[in-house]
Amino acid sequence: MRVTLSWLREFAPGIHGDPVELSETLSALGLTVEDMTLIGDVVDGVVLAKVLDLRPHPAADKIQLVDVDAGDGEARQVCCGAFNMAVGDLIPFAAPGTVMPDGLKIQQRKMRGEVSAGMCCSGAEIGLSDDHEGILVLNDRVVPEAELGMGVAAAIGAEPDVLWDLEVNANRPDAMSVAGVARDLAAALGVDFSFPDYRVADDGSRNDEDADELLTVEILDPTLCGRFAATVLRGVTVGASPQWMADRLELAGMRPVNSIVDISNYVMLELGQPNHTFDLAAIPNGRLRVRRAVPGERLTTLDGLERDLAAGDGVITNESDVIVSLAGVMGGANTEISEQTTDVLLEMAWWDPPTISRTVKRLNLVSEASSRFRRGADWGESIDRSIQRFVQLAAQLGATAVSGFVDAAGNTPDRSPLSVRSAKVNGLLGTELSATEMAGYLSSVGFGAEVVTSDRGAEDLAVTIPTWRWDTETETDVAEEVARLHGYENIARTVPRGELPGGLTDYQVRRRSVRQVLVGCGCDETFPMPFLAPGDLLRAGLEDNGVTLSNPLVAEQSVLRTSLLPGQLKAIAYNQSHRSFDLRFFEIGHVFLPPPTGRLLPDEREHLAVALAGEEAPQAVAALDLLERELGLPNVVLRSASPPGLHATRSAEVLVAGRVAGVVGEVDPLVLDNYGVAGPVAWLELDLGGLLGGPRRSRKYSPVSKYPSSDIDLAFEVSDEVTAAAVEGSLRKAGQALLAGVELFDVYRGEAMPAGTRSLAYRLRFQAHDRTLTDSEVADVRRACIDAATRRDGVCLRGLV
Amino acid sequence: MIETLRRTAVEAKARLAEVEDLDALAELDVEFLGKKSAVTLAKRRLGSLDPGQRRTAGQAVNEIRAEIETAVESARGRLAQAARVLQLEAERLDLTEFRKKARRGSLHLVTQSRDRLEDVFVGMGFTVAEGPEVESAWYNFEALNIPEWHPARGSFDTIFVDLGEPEEVMLRSHTSPVQIRTMEKQKPPIYIVAPGRTFRTDTADATHLPAFNQIEGLVVDRGITMGDLAGTIDEFVRAFFGGDVESRLRPSYFPFTEPSAEFDISRADGTWLELGGCGMVHPNVLRNCGIDPDEWQGFAFGFGIDRLAVMRHELDDIRELVNNDVRFLRQF
Repeated sequence: MRVTLSWLREFAPGIHGDPVELSETLSALGLTVEDMTLIGDVVDGVVLAKVLDLRPHPAADKIQLVDVDAGDGEARQVCCGAFNMAVGDLIPFAAPGTVMPDGLKIQQRKMRGEVSAGMCCSGAEIGLSDDHEGILVLNDRVVPEAELGMGVAAAIGAEPDVLWDLEVNANRPDAMSVAGVARDLAAALGVDFSFPDYRVADDGSRNDEDADELLTVEILDPTLCGRFAATVLRGVTVGASPQWMADRLELAGMRPVNSIVDISNYVMLELGQPNHTFDLAAIPNGRLRVRRAVPGERLTTLDGLERDLAAGDGVITNESDVIVSLAGVMGGANTEISEQTTDVLLEMAWWDPPTISRTVKRLNLVSEASSRFRRGADWGESIDRSIQRFVQLAAQLGATAVSGFVDAAGNTPDRSPLSVRSAKVNGLLGTELSATEMAGYLSSVGFGAEVVTSDRGAEDLAVTIPTWRWDTETETDVAEEVARLHGYENIARTVPRGELPGGLTDYQVRRRSVRQVLVGCGCDETFPMPFLAPGDLLRAGLEDNGVTLSNPLVAEQSVLRTSLLPGQLKAIAYNQSHRSFDLRFFEIGHVFLPPPTGRLLPDEREHLAVALAGEEAPQAVAALDLLERELGLPNVVLRSASPPGLHATRSAEVLVAGRVAGVVGEVDPLVLDNYGVAGPVAWLELDLGGLLGGPRRSRKYSPVSKYPSSDIDLAFEVSDEVTAAAVEGSLRKAGQALLAGVELFDVYRGEAMPAGTRSLAYRLRFQAHDRTLTDSEVADVRRACIDAATRRDGVCLRGLV
Repeated sequence: MIETLRRTAVEAKARLAEVEDLDALAELDVEFLGKKSAVTLAKRRLGSLDPGQRRTAGQAVNEIRAEIETAVESARGRLAQAARVLQLEAERLDLTEFRKKARRGSLHLVTQSRDRLEDVFVGMGFTVAEGPEVESAWYNFEALNIPEWHPARGSFDTIFVDLGEPEEVMLRSHTSPVQIRTMEKQKPPIYIVAPGRTFRTDTADATHLPAFNQIEGLVVDRGITMGDLAGTIDEFVRAFFGGDVESRLRPSYFPFTEPSAEFDISRADGTWLELGGCGMVHPNVLRNCGIDPDEWQGFAFGFGIDRLAVMRHELDDIRELVNNDVRFLRQF
């Protein structure tokens, strides 16, 4: 919402002061100042001048030579980069020595060999408009007494003014108007606020006709329309608006169109009341009806588009039930004001906000009018006042008003007094305001507020909420209003202390540990967005079952990931293409599997991925081992598998406590090709939720033996069918309590080994807790271990290493 | 005899002082202290002296022998030291050749900011709650007092998901759904913060991302006031940004809080920076979670995490946070 100081002062002449301080006051009221511009505050030294001659610059195409007369009759040559003026035009001119608003000091200088003795100015350069293009031509704007050499502000009769661009919250329909902003600001400053008298003097601009005899309005659905007032203007000439109105509309951000449209917009901006004008000639017998649309109905709106209407949309029809307007949103082309229009039917109505909201959203038809109706316009006196104001402005352009207006009523919100407990208000805000103080705040912005004594003897309030505050209806709403006017800054600050201790959950603590372990082994944490392109999952060898987005920004971001793999591969490809190698990445993020049957939301899980570019599967296994230790994972087992997307013979499923918790290995070379990644890439992906939420290994102390240990090395010839884990399992089972440690210290494949086998060499450490083992005890347990290992098919002893 | 012996000792010390390797030292050791050395021979001859002389001469021989022995040990020490110096010199390394070979990885900037925020709030007695990133309209909107027709819905620029009815399932457009999920399963008192990823249909540019991060705070307890909200914000701001940074609240509007406010922090130049939104939990929100607003009151606040990282490290392009370029990641 854009407002000017001068416009505000028409409602509250007491508003004045430093613009920056006024901005602070507006922001403290919740009318956040997004931008403030000082306008018409033209610097000294910029004077009215006349263009005497225009000539090409002999040495430059993009500038021309201009002779100007700045009041002394002398022709001063200026080099100018704009070409929009003609000989005889009046323009703003800054002579050498002038300091411009941006701090630039104008100096006489030479440009490409030609003297330039000053500067012709654009509107933006002197703060008179936003226009940076071209020189501001003032021919039509100078006052009669203007003379060349006069300060520009005086020459065009400009008063210094302030333009504010305010952010208005959705609960403040009243502040979508100049008058509403003035009411708030006047209350905060403690100055008077009132509406000017808009009644048209009985001087011939009113005729003898009575609106009641010309118009009939029927509200068929009272839930749609709370009030529908209408009147007629005769003898309307559709033409250009007066300059002052056009200027204000432009400052407010609206483009002047023609006199009727401009008055309509002006009244809406000034008083907050959206309105609509029909060509009376297109409304047979002046009869209008208000109802909801039925499916299949259509209307060509003012913008020329034919719109499909939906059940529930509000419409206005003529007496033959032909739709003439999409209520509160946009008028119909069939009743549009044209240059031939002489008689205008003026509508001032109040529409049900949710209805307008639904229509606006469905048709994506946001307008200044509908955005006011959606927030809840005023159904009270504002409608009467806005009709008066419209008629008054139209009368100034020669239109004649009929007497009065028709006024049909539907359902409007209940505005009987609301009981407000002052203790509840203070209890919510943390204040100690008396009921009288609260009443003072409320009445300063037009609330009715009466102090009443409750049954319990407390001083409470009976509050009548004004009709311009549709969104305000409860005790809490009133408390907010009290807080706003009391000033948020005046509420004493306290800090609550809950009885419960703060802290991270076990899961959160362990997740942080995971990050520290991975960072400690040189991995960088990545954070891709969770969106994928269609086909990304297939290219990663994964099932193409990602949940899709209904309104993606771009197709490349239209699918939700089911695995962290595609995102990591993209990150690796991106870095490799920028000649960064040695990439060790990890990520913790959500993945989204299709919803289980009967569920609405996806099966959402938090995953951990580790991607080591240039490394093979063993490095991923090493990362898993580090996490196993850090997290105390119980019974981590690798089960041979070919998980989707991974290298078929270099990958495994990770089982933790018997449940599949993820995959480990290497990315499928075909997938790497699909993503343009130079491989290999070692890969680990775990379901962190399952992992950290599950059981963990006992942290109970086990005593350290005080007795010497014996180390025995054994090498086995092991078929490729048998895993090292299986061999180790046999050794551990046989060694039982005496086996203090097993280390696979050498793996050998090569010519010395029969095809399809490899050598696995283990160092076994035997030790007891209660004695030194004898040689024969060691020999026995060694034998047992060998027997156990070689009992498996495909395992035989190679001999001592 | 003793005089001859003393001259031998002088000669021995002179030669030992100049000896340059262990072999030569061993030879000198034999020559001056061995079985055939003058000292040994002199000692052997002591028995032939008369008892009066024997004692004096014996003492003198022993002293001379000790002198030579000391000189041998000293030479041995000198040679060992020289050998050690040589060995160490041979093992000399330029340690600067070995720098930057091992690298610790980096935590992502968002994680670093999020962890710091969590730690500050944990210190203030909060626990950390989390929730799903794909939400239903109930949690993202309706339970938060944003009915289907409400104009505020449009302002969230929600990314919807092809599940359920149209616009029934979405990527959460704020972390506020975690408020509802927490209140549904936990009775007051509640003191939580909920950090996490949020999504909007913002085209990625230098200052926007469609996926970004917020942190949400919620307190529900008996007698919680707006003064408590302002005080909590103030305490957080001082703890996180430093003791001289101030905060202020300005009236605003959110459907799920009332009164609502924006909160700003002071900058060194005296201006204010808008950080986030906050307010007293709307009675309808409490009711939607089965909490009686006449018994319990609460406040909530929320703000962006990414922006804190952007401010702290003076990033000029927020897209770096999701580009995963190691040249960026490894700076922190």
